[in-house]
Amino acid sequence: MSHVKEGAHGILWEVFIQSKPGIPHKHAGNVHAHDAEQALTNARDVYTRRMEGVSIWVIPANLVTASAGEDSDAFFDPAEDKVYRHPTFYTVPEGVKYL
Amino acid sequence: MTSKEALYHYVLKMGDSSLIMGHRLSEWTAHGPVLEHDIALTNIALDYIGQARMLLTYAGELEGKGRSEDDLAYWRDAAQYRNSLLCELPNGDFGQTVVKMFLFDAFQVELHEALSQSPDEQLKAIAIKSLKESKYHLRYSRDWVLRLGDGTEESKIRIANGLEAVWMYFGDLFAPSEGESVLVSDGIVPETASLRKRVEETLRKTFEEATMAVPDFDAVMQEGSQRGIHTEYLSYILSEMQSVTRMHPGATW
Repeated sequence: MSHVKEGAHGILWEVFIQSKPGIPHKHAGNVHAHDAEQALTNARDVYTRRMEGVSIWVIPANLVTASAGEDSDAFFDPAEDKVYRHPTFYTVPEGVKYL
Repeated sequence: MTSKEALYHYVLKMGDSSLIMGHRLSEWTAHGPVLEHDIALTNIALDYIGQARMLLTYAGELEGKGRSEDDLAYWRDAAQYRNSLLCELPNGDFGQTVVKMFLFDAFQVELHEALSQSPDEQLKAIAIKSLKESKYHLRYSRDWVLRLGDGTEESKIRIANGLEAVWMYFGDLFAPSEGESVLVSDGIVPETASLRKRVEETLRKTFEEATMAVPDFDAVMQEGSQRGIHTEYLSYILSEMQSVTRMHPGATW
């Protein structure tokens, strides 16, 4: 990550917490740290003090590629009128189970 | 001295050490070098105080005079405190704080590990619960010793100065509490020499890995805590900690 300027407190890491086994990790916030190991302990101290999680992921913030604000029309608006993509669009015949 | 009286003194030493360690560390709250470590240090301080609560409650039961954890914490003076001298030392800079924590945590992990096997059910239960915390504390403080010891020009000087400032108080961690030999021969608590050997091993390995000079384990050390002889720092910390209780005895909110 030579292109990231490392400050006195390290680089920024995004923190993802899994609250229970089997469910997806959710973004919780971020921490500063000098390496992955320290990022994990920092995340543990900052985000899991109240039993919020059972597993933590940390990822250097600069490795996250985010969609740009100006793209949001092109990215998200076309989905607006495609209600048939929701399962609730369809009437479920009576007697169908496990849906 | 009965085994129960001896256990009271032993548990009091542990409880006082955790309480003073935690109170001293809490001075970092809102003064931490960065937000992450402000929270980490405060967490650890709270863990120490949580341990102190369990231990002082148990000490009160063993003593059998109806004293609660609060009575023991707030209504004894420095000469009645039995915490290890190391715990009451000032924080100094971050380097001195983490190296002091490291010495204490290395000791705590071995102690809690050993007491997890104690035939005394209550002490065993407290040790098992505390061990999980101590292991994390040691991971935290040891990590900083490695980082600072093997870090920049400045960090090397700071951690070395910190170690030098606290080293003469290391030996007092092992000072036997009143009647401790009774407990050792009954197999209730670990024998000091073997405990000390394991702690010194952790220290030696860590300082070597941190490329620091390994301190002299045979140096003459300060002692006296188990006779109520403390450094000048303890009475100041107590007067601050106890001031509200003593100004408004029995107050509740």
